Amino acid sequence: MSGIESVRPSPTVDRVATDARAAAFTTRSIKKEAKRSGLELVISMMDLTTLEGADTPGRVRELCAKAKQPMVQAPCPPVAAVCVYPTLVPVARQELSGTGIQVAAVATYFPSGQATLQERLDEVRRAVEAGADEIDMVISRGAYLRGDLGFVYDEIASTREACGEAHLKVILETGELQTYDRVRRASDIAIAAGAHFIKTSTGKVSPAATMPVTLVMLEAIRDHYLRTGEKIGMKPAGGIRTAKQALHYLVMVKETLGDAWLTPDLFRFGASSLLNDVLMQLEKLRTGHYQSARYFSLG
Amino acid sequence: MATRKIPARLAVRKTLKMYSGGAFIRSESGRVLPLSAGKGEPVVNVPEASRKDLRNAVVAARKAQTGWAGRTAFNQSQILYRAAEMLEGRRESFIARLAATGGRKADETARREVDLAIDVLVGYAGWPDKIGQVFGGTNPVAAPFFNITSPEALGVVGIVAPATPPLLGLVASIAPVIAGGNTCVVLLPAEASLIGLELGEVLATSDLPGGVVNLLSAPQAGTLAHLAGHADVDGLLATAITAEDHREIETLGAETLKRIVVLPEAPGMDQAPADIVSPYRMLSFLEMKTAWHPIGV
Amino acid sequence: MATNESSTLRTPRRLLFGDLWTYAPAPESRDIVRLQPRYGHFIDGAFTEGGETMQTINPATEEVLAEVAVGTSEDVDRAVKAARRALDGPWGRMSGAERGKFLYRIARLIQEHARELAVLESLDGGKPIRESRDIDIPLAAAHFFYYAGWADKLGYAVPGAQVGPVGVAGQIIPWNFPLLMAAWKLAPALACGNTLVLKPAENTPLTAMRLAELILEADLPPGVVNIVNGAGATGSALVEHPGVNKIAFTGSTAVGRHIQRAIAGSGKKLTLELGGKGANIIFEDAPIDQAVEGIVAGIFFNQGHVCCAGSRLLVQESIHDEVMEKLRWRMQSLRVGDPLDKNTDVGAINSREQLERIQTLVASGVEAGGQLYQCPGDLPEKGFFFRPSVFTGLAQSARVAQEEIFGPVLTVLTFRTPEEAIERANNTPYGLSAGVWSDKGSRLFMVAGAMRAGVVWGNTFNRFDPTSPFGGYKESGFGREGGRHGLLPYLEVR
Repeated sequence: MSGIESVRPSPTVDRVATDARAAAFTTRSIKKEAKRSGLELVISMMDLTTLEGADTPGRVRELCAKAKQPMVQAPCPPVAAVCVYPTLVPVARQELSGTGIQVAAVATYFPSGQATLQERLDEVRRAVEAGADEIDMVISRGAYLRGDLGFVYDEIASTREACGEAHLKVILETGELQTYDRVRRASDIAIAAGAHFIKTSTGKVSPAATMPVTLVMLEAIRDHYLRTGEKIGMKPAGGIRTAKQALHYLVMVKETLGDAWLTPDLFRFGASSLLNDVLMQLEKLRTGHYQSARYFSLG
Repeated sequence: MATRKIPARLAVRKTLKMYSGGAFIRSESGRVLPLSAGKGEPVVNVPEASRKDLRNAVVAARKAQTGWAGRTAFNQSQILYRAAEMLEGRRESFIARLAATGGRKADETARREVDLAIDVLVGYAGWPDKIGQVFGGTNPVAAPFFNITSPEALGVVGIVAPATPPLLGLVASIAPVIAGGNTCVVLLPAEASLIGLELGEVLATSDLPGGVVNLLSAPQAGTLAHLAGHADVDGLLATAITAEDHREIETLGAETLKRIVVLPEAPGMDQAPADIVSPYRMLSFLEMKTAWHPIGV
Repeated sequence: MATNESSTLRTPRRLLFGDLWTYAPAPESRDIVRLQPRYGHFIDGAFTEGGETMQTINPATEEVLAEVAVGTSEDVDRAVKAARRALDGPWGRMSGAERGKFLYRIARLIQEHARELAVLESLDGGKPIRESRDIDIPLAAAHFFYYAGWADKLGYAVPGAQVGPVGVAGQIIPWNFPLLMAAWKLAPALACGNTLVLKPAENTPLTAMRLAELILEADLPPGVVNIVNGAGATGSALVEHPGVNKIAFTGSTAVGRHIQRAIAGSGKKLTLELGGKGANIIFEDAPIDQAVEGIVAGIFFNQGHVCCAGSRLLVQESIHDEVMEKLRWRMQSLRVGDPLDKNTDVGAINSREQLERIQTLVASGVEAGGQLYQCPGDLPEKGFFFRPSVFTGLAQSARVAQEEIFGPVLTVLTFRTPEEAIERANNTPYGLSAGVWSDKGSRLFMVAGAMRAGVVWGNTFNRFDPTSPFGGYKESGFGREGGRHGLLPYLEVR
């Protein structure tokens, strides 16, 4: 058996019970030291992202500066990665060399994926050649929705091959798959086809990341690990804007996959506005005063 | 000494038998109780139900219960209505039997009782396919669940029928119990045994599955206690029993947490069928089941 | 690049629920609670001293919280007479709409004091503050709110009949959901125009006494609600009092049976909400991860002190190993400890007596050859705690698989076919609850229909709602609480 036929059947998912479980994580009380260390962890797991038509080298340089030093008020860990369009990878590469911060590129005709496989793979190769450490690909939701899961498996496997040494994050665009059963199936396919990370969303479709959708994906990762010993990473992206939300995600990861996943190697937040809220919360903890956005650079 | 006139044709007398598990049976004990069927009528030897008869009847009732409850409500309705049709068909014979044991105005009272009994059966025949709609329903829970409550049969119900009025009292006891999908074991007091066993013949020809109604006549002393204490009996309906028996059956029934209804008196002959036919009588022998089912894609 | 599975299959993998990132202690402050050194009774609209006392303790610390009076038959008699006077007086004459407004007031007062009541409930009973805060207290308020609206609509609840109150109700409640059970008893009784005497459980009287203060604040006429504290003897006095028209009891089957016997022949109405040994059935097409949550919610919610707990797990053989592995991992992330810590999942066992009963039963399971798995981690040194526990490898006939343990102890059994699942699930004298897990709606409804149980949860467990009737089949009792059906036990139908 090869390709899609090698992917084991996926378990069914009950939406109501999944929603309830995800909501339960939000009732954990994270205060004081747990909050401080949690928020620093969140920063270190962040893929600081800009994916706009209006992106320019200047804008990306600004973002890289923010990534290296998120705030000036106090010492703070750098973020995990900066995520940009392929054409801007050289800029980010230059800015981040030697920092340990990864350069991630969205490729495969992000965000729609509507191009031939050849065109999409060529884009991946160009991004890797330009210095991307990580590739965030989108799956063909059109193929998925018309039932051609074999195509989806094959495109992921081909992209993984095209990535070479770069790490592959596979964006399922869960907002377009809609049902949790499909999210689970797509996760299993992506993992079997070679994804290093599975990722919820492009951020261009609503709803983007939600707690229950992320939970379904974490469960797929857990099942794969318990069966094979291989650890796959998870990246919720889009819609996570507050420190409180981010801590809820951390709680969910900790209680679903355990502490081994509490590392940027295995968990990332795809976000742009989240960082400053986290920084303001950290400063509140440090100084005891509520903060204002005007003291934090935009990045 | 007057010479008895020998008729030209000797009448064929009927041996009355108990109705249990769909069969007409004599008492396992072999005992009978000679009962007067009225002035000028030959004495009838009614079987005296023993503990063992009771035990067998409960087994039959338990065996029949799932199947009866599993019939469609429409089919249960049809069968109850069929029983009313059969009773109507034997109307004159029931009137004659009731009148023979009455006194003055016996005929009129008997007629009234049979009419009422038939109409009560018809009344309950309409309930099986409506009870769930009137007393069940969906509950608007504050969560994404379809939540529905539906009545279900309790199981096997022991019935102590009133001595009088024998036919109406018996029909008013049995009908609400079986209309809810239960099966029953009925103890007929001696006085109501003649009529009660006749009703067995009606029920046997009404497409009612065997074992749904089990009629035990003239029970021997102690049978009531055995019914009340029987672990495979889920509920008890007793009408017009003594305070002593009332206390006894509730005490014994508590052992297995039986649902027990004791009615102080039998339905009156002055009541209208609508006063007798009550879904609330059925509710005493129904369980309400609530099921939660998630709503989500 | 697909992983080569054959080489790695069945290699043990470990999930690490460690302390790389720990939650700091998050204790809810108990300052909001003002405890009195001594509690008496609430009779005829006033608090009385009472005589002899017993102690109520915090089961998490064994600290004495207060002395509580033990009601005598004279106390009960005064309470019943006060209830009768109120029934014959203003309460009996009041319109349903006005009665309803009193219930709305009480609902609001509970909401306004929710946090205080939650802390008090966790202090006195040992349940995690998360549950008292998110479940017990909001549901108690919701019950009053729901039944408030029925008070002027009773004619619609009993089509085709005339109704009136039953009279004076005697209500006896257990220690597992003290305030919630008080609400389940009080709200429908009052909505239907009855007056009542409530006896809280001897281990957990504090929230009921606080409720009495709120009832006073609501200006409910004196005697409508009376609360007499005490233990079994006080309860017996209430059950046997000739002035009581109706008994409502929630508790053990043994006591329920005793009550039914005690009132035999008296003509008193009775509803009983008793024990259970609920089956939680997991079919092979079930959403496994959610089912594992359902197992946890079914048996570890409220330390397993739940009459409708899913204490018998029935797993289809084909998925047994997978479910068990996932359940064990899941149990490692359960946090057992201080009930007042907002991150505690499993709190204290309600009493030493209950702890000992659980220990005895678990020992019998081990003796019978069962394999026992328990949550790892440290337990507090003081107080009554028991690790969430799971037994596998036991026969259905084992004591722990038959008897209600009323603790965080699950027994796992297997089945091969739906028919066998149904047969095993129903093979118990109890009939309160069941859970069914499957992806197939038709299967959920078919199996729900076949369960001899009053509540069947499809792909969920231990969910409650004021509109949803609750109550048992067979030896789990009779009568329903909640929903429209919860009115019937408190109405005389003519």
